[in-house]
Amino acid sequence: MSIKPTPRVRVPAQVKPGEIFEIKTLISHEMESGQRKDSAGKTIPRKIINKFVAEFNGKTVFEADWNPAISANPYQSFFYKAAESGEFTFTWKDDDGSNYVSKNKLTVAA
Amino acid sequence: MVWNSVETTRREALTLASMLGFAALLAPKMSFADEPAVAAEIKKLYGDKKLESGKIKLDVPEIAENGLVVPVNVEVESPMTDADYVKAVHVFADGNPLPGIVSYKFTPACGKASASTRMRLAQTQNIVCIAEMSNGNLHMAKANVKVTIGGCGG
Repeated sequence: MSIKPTPRVRVPAQVKPGEIFEIKTLISHEMESGQRKDSAGKTIPRKIINKFVAEFNGKTVFEADWNPAISANPYQSFFYKAAESGEFTFTWKDDDGSNYVSKNKLTVAA
Repeated sequence: MVWNSVETTRREALTLASMLGFAALLAPKMSFADEPAVAAEIKKLYGDKKLESGKIKLDVPEIAENGLVVPVNVEVESPMTDADYVKAVHVFADGNPLPGIVSYKFTPACGKASASTRMRLAQTQNIVCIAEMSNGNLHMAKANVKVTIGGCGG
């Protein structure tokens, strides 16, 4: 029933050194809260993405711990200050143990 | 239906039973967090440390038409250098089944302690935001959101 979560990330391709820019992320996921009941009155088990981690060149720069109160198809944006060129690794961690990963390159040039 | 009749027919009894059953189905069974629950969560994280005001810009809509998707933006004033930065930000709600919404961990590499996401709100309630600075100081901000349609889908 559930579709495979697809991450979508917007990172500018090229930035100036020292520039502070916004990174916007979105992933398709039903974020089942564990609070709802099905038509038979049984609680639908919780299944959410509980953690989002952003790394740059292997170093963690931002983390978000999500609770069931986060909306379906969770959106997360945050900022990053450009220092050097490299690669972002964004990881979404699901309750069921799966990880969804997106990698995005960043070029820093004056 | 004649209520003062001594005998109740089988049909009447069944109608009454189904009505009661339907009412039970409609009655909310969910329990909600409240202000003490949020205070308890904060105490669990930081004990009885003093909560200062200011520095936090908590941006939520005054009225949310759809409680399923309510944008929440937090921005904390900070130079974000290695010596002085925002370590963590926690967002709580006092009228949801669970008090926690989101916890962020920032690093100086962020350049700016600001993050946005979207949350579910079950009813009209207060949003509480706590920011932990690198020197250990705590700041708090609070905002009320009026919810027209709750986002709990119970």
